[in-house]
Amino acid sequence: MGLLSDPQCRRALGRLLLRLNTPLCVLSYLSGLAWFLLLPLLAPRTYLSENAMGSTMVGEGSDLGPRALALARDFGEHRRREGGIPVSWLSHTMFQLGLEVHSQPFARTLPFPDEAHERYLVRGTNVFGVLRAPRAASTEALLLLVPCCEGGKNEQAVGLLLALAGYCRGQIYWAKDLIFLVTEHDLLGTQAWLEGYHGVNLTAMQSGPFPGRAGAIQAALALELSSDVLTSVDVAVEGLDGQLPNLDLLNLFQSFCHKNGLLCTLQGKLPPPEGPSGPGYAQSLRTLGLMVLGQAGGAPGGPHGLFLRFRIEALTLRGINSFRQHKFDLGALGRTLEGMFRKLNNLLERLHQSYFLYLLPSLARFVSIGSYAPALGLLLLVLALRALELWMRLSRSEEGEGEPPVGEVRGPSDPVPPARGGLLYLVPPILISVGAGAALYLLPVRGQAVATQHFPVGEAEAVVLALIGIYVAGMALPHSTHRALSGGGQRGWMTLKLLALLALALLLTCLALLNFSLGFLLGVTLVPPAAAVRPGGNRLPLALLLVLTTPGLSLFMAVLLERELLEAPAGLGEAWQRFLGALGQGLLQEHLHGAHLSPLLCLGAYPCWLLLWNVLFWK
Amino acid sequence: MAAPLVLVVLAAVTVRAALYRSSLAVFIAERVEVASPLNAWKRVVEGLALLDLGVSPYSGAIFHETPLIIYLFHFLIEYAELVFMFKKQKLLIELDKYAPDVAELIQTPMEMHYIPLKVALFYLLNPYTVMSCVAKSTCAINNSVIAFFILATIKGSAFLSAVFLALATYQSLYPLTLFAPALLYLLQRQFIPIKLKSKSFWLYTMQYTSLYLCSLVVIICLSFFLLNSWDFIPSVYGFILSVPDLTPNIGLFWYFFAEMFEHFSLFFVCVFQINVFFYTIPLAIKLKEHPMFFMFVQLAIISIFKSYPTVGDIALYMAFLPVWSHLYRFLRNIFILSCVLIFCSFLFPVLWHLWIYAGSANSNFYYAITLTFNIGQILLISDYFYAFLRREYYLTHGLHLTRQDGTEAMLVLK
Repeated sequence: MGLLSDPQCRRALGRLLLRLNTPLCVLSYLSGLAWFLLLPLLAPRTYLSENAMGSTMVGEGSDLGPRALALARDFGEHRRREGGIPVSWLSHTMFQLGLEVHSQPFARTLPFPDEAHERYLVRGTNVFGVLRAPRAASTEALLLLVPCCEGGKNEQAVGLLLALAGYCRGQIYWAKDLIFLVTEHDLLGTQAWLEGYHGVNLTAMQSGPFPGRAGAIQAALALELSSDVLTSVDVAVEGLDGQLPNLDLLNLFQSFCHKNGLLCTLQGKLPPPEGPSGPGYAQSLRTLGLMVLGQAGGAPGGPHGLFLRFRIEALTLRGINSFRQHKFDLGALGRTLEGMFRKLNNLLERLHQSYFLYLLPSLARFVSIGSYAPALGLLLLVLALRALELWMRLSRSEEGEGEPPVGEVRGPSDPVPPARGGLLYLVPPILISVGAGAALYLLPVRGQAVATQHFPVGEAEAVVLALIGIYVAGMALPHSTHRALSGGGQRGWMTLKLLALLALALLLTCLALLNFSLGFLLGVTLVPPAAAVRPGGNRLPLALLLVLTTPGLSLFMAVLLERELLEAPAGLGEAWQRFLGALGQGLLQEHLHGAHLSPLLCLGAYPCWLLLWNVLFWK
Repeated sequence: MAAPLVLVVLAAVTVRAALYRSSLAVFIAERVEVASPLNAWKRVVEGLALLDLGVSPYSGAIFHETPLIIYLFHFLIEYAELVFMFKKQKLLIELDKYAPDVAELIQTPMEMHYIPLKVALFYLLNPYTVMSCVAKSTCAINNSVIAFFILATIKGSAFLSAVFLALATYQSLYPLTLFAPALLYLLQRQFIPIKLKSKSFWLYTMQYTSLYLCSLVVIICLSFFLLNSWDFIPSVYGFILSVPDLTPNIGLFWYFFAEMFEHFSLFFVCVFQINVFFYTIPLAIKLKEHPMFFMFVQLAIISIFKSYPTVGDIALYMAFLPVWSHLYRFLRNIFILSCVLIFCSFLFPVLWHLWIYAGSANSNFYYAITLTFNIGQILLISDYFYAFLRREYYLTHGLHLTRQDGTEAMLVLK
């Protein structure tokens, strides 16, 4: 019948697989890497697929520059006077502009002090005004968000928001409600507002009853702006857990930038020169690399990142003022925002036409899932090949234990092989690996009180140090576990390695769908040691390889690589500081916004890696 | 033997109790893979509420359980949790003590001795069973009825077997196809040759059939008198056969009928439903000497092709896998197939999340994994089937086959 049901053919294939396994693995791994590096060349141009936004023309008539600046000054003055967000002034101003104004107070106690933002007990108020659509019932809404952080930042953004609200109030064509939202404590406020608006409580956020609602939010834009003039606009797309907004929203932004002559950047990188060229390719690859790192990190690239989980397509726009000669005033950005809102106002259904799973080597080009998935697929193939090889060797050694050779079959008179209950020796390493992962996940935050009592460290430091301590302690486990039990010999480590390979493949497959970048980075680092590891012989090179590719160290490498790609290389000391900060922020992200990165690493990648480490030291 | 069994039961009960109390229970109960419209606990509660209000539970479109079940729960509602946790487990273990009777004689007594334990392990600690138990899916009750039926059949009690088969049929209709293997097994036990011309064959068949039909009629009439209406017939069996609820599940129906033009759907519903019942005939002819294997294959076919399958159904036939452990060496793709099944089980929630929550994937992604999962199951069953046939061939022809020219021959499936 088929190729696989013919025993001759199967045997030949099996033999081929056994003999050529290592070269095939190396080839597959290298082609996976090469595929990824070639992605910038495979990227087609972006195009707007949503009809409702594409064919209709809108003319922007606003000139908001001076008014925005005046409002920004007023706002700054009141903020300095009140030492926080001037709720009453904002409410009053919005009311005067003709909006329906509400405010939402919220409070949140962090699990441990956040050193980067210097906060622990957070109290704040979100203020928002709703412009009810004159041409439709309030069933749908669009949102403009300005996070109002500490210091003098984002004053101009609030000014622009108010000016735009005033202008929009005078227009008659709105078919969707417009929500103008000013949040306090950036992401925390945004989280509180989103939870309140949708009537859910995902994190331990405390906020009062939600005062007023508009329709279902179709799209949201977040604005960050700290200067009166700007040279370029940077757009951030990565959301929480690497979720991305619909590509059409980005296309819309890009087309308006083009129309209004704004210079826009992605990941802080200018668009690469058109046409195939060396520098152009390098620029694209760098942008792509930054996007992959950002997405893998799972932290939202801006306040918009939290909207994606509520299925609201969102972008963050950041005004940049650099040393470039050509500057724009706020009016140009205001016109862009107005145009985008008018086009979004024309939407007949949710943004769903374009891509959701993509990577961007530049603003004008994209790589869709069909193009990038093979890169990870080839990495996974290595694991599959290795697992098959191990399985064949295992079943062969079983047949070979004094029984007839492969291909022949045992008859009724032959003694039956001993019961396969001999897998008990696998239980301790697996239990220990999973247990170490669980300890890594649970202990640092739960045990911070104990740690601060007994050691002279702050709470935030205690958490990070406990994390590192447990992580390193996990690596010492194989030595202590082997004393307690007798190893299963050759078959023992092969079975354990088989299990580790399957667990890793499963983890990477799931990640490939949920957060491709994270899956790919973990694959690139963990696949070679997983394929190569074996006990006995010279252990040092393998041990070195394993230690170098442990998820913790990969994170450190990622920090270094990110600085390198930003063309601001960091020294080891600075990178270490950033690494510690990233650990603390990673834990906080999980508790504050429900990010999945730290549980994934603690309960998925780390136990997998520990299993491999156990294989290496198998006796 | 008893001690490990008790240990297994304890472990199984602990796992379930822990999961009941944890926050995961709600999450699991909402999974479409675990709870189907037929057996979701939520719907049972709805039916009970309607009954309490004096309204026929079938007047809405929510409740699709049979009347006996609702009255059973009407009395048991306070102990529902306990019922779920203990009932089916105890029964299954009792069944399993007898299951090895069907295992081939060639196995050593030592091996046989452990099979009930292995079956119990496979069923009680199977994550699929644990999940459907924690979700309080009434699938557990169907499974225990079928288990009772198999037990009665193996013990050779035609009456009990017919009664439980009637109960199982009444519950979910599809066990109707288990009639053939049960009859074959009972005939074999009575040493009645299966010949169309033999008188005793027909006599026994008539006897068993009438027992089965009588108990079915009694049960259905009882339901009628409980509710005083025939509403439950269209609401339960019409619902199973015409597949109006296209909520995604791990089966093959939903996507197909969601995509299809309305005026073709009747034809394809017929094709799909006949598909479930059709395999009985060829299997009965091929496996008439091995009714227990027939039963296993038939259970698997039901759980793959039925209109609202859940993981609980899969767990039932998977519990039988240890019984066929002597086929292990004849299996060829067991490693790849078990990997496929495990990977698919993990990908179900991932793709569901992408489709329903994140909105970045769509139904095609989820259906793709459903298809893969079912193909994996079908290949697994055909692998077992082929291994069984090969083993039979070796048993009759000897192990070391030679070709006519004296070289070693090999069996090839054509």
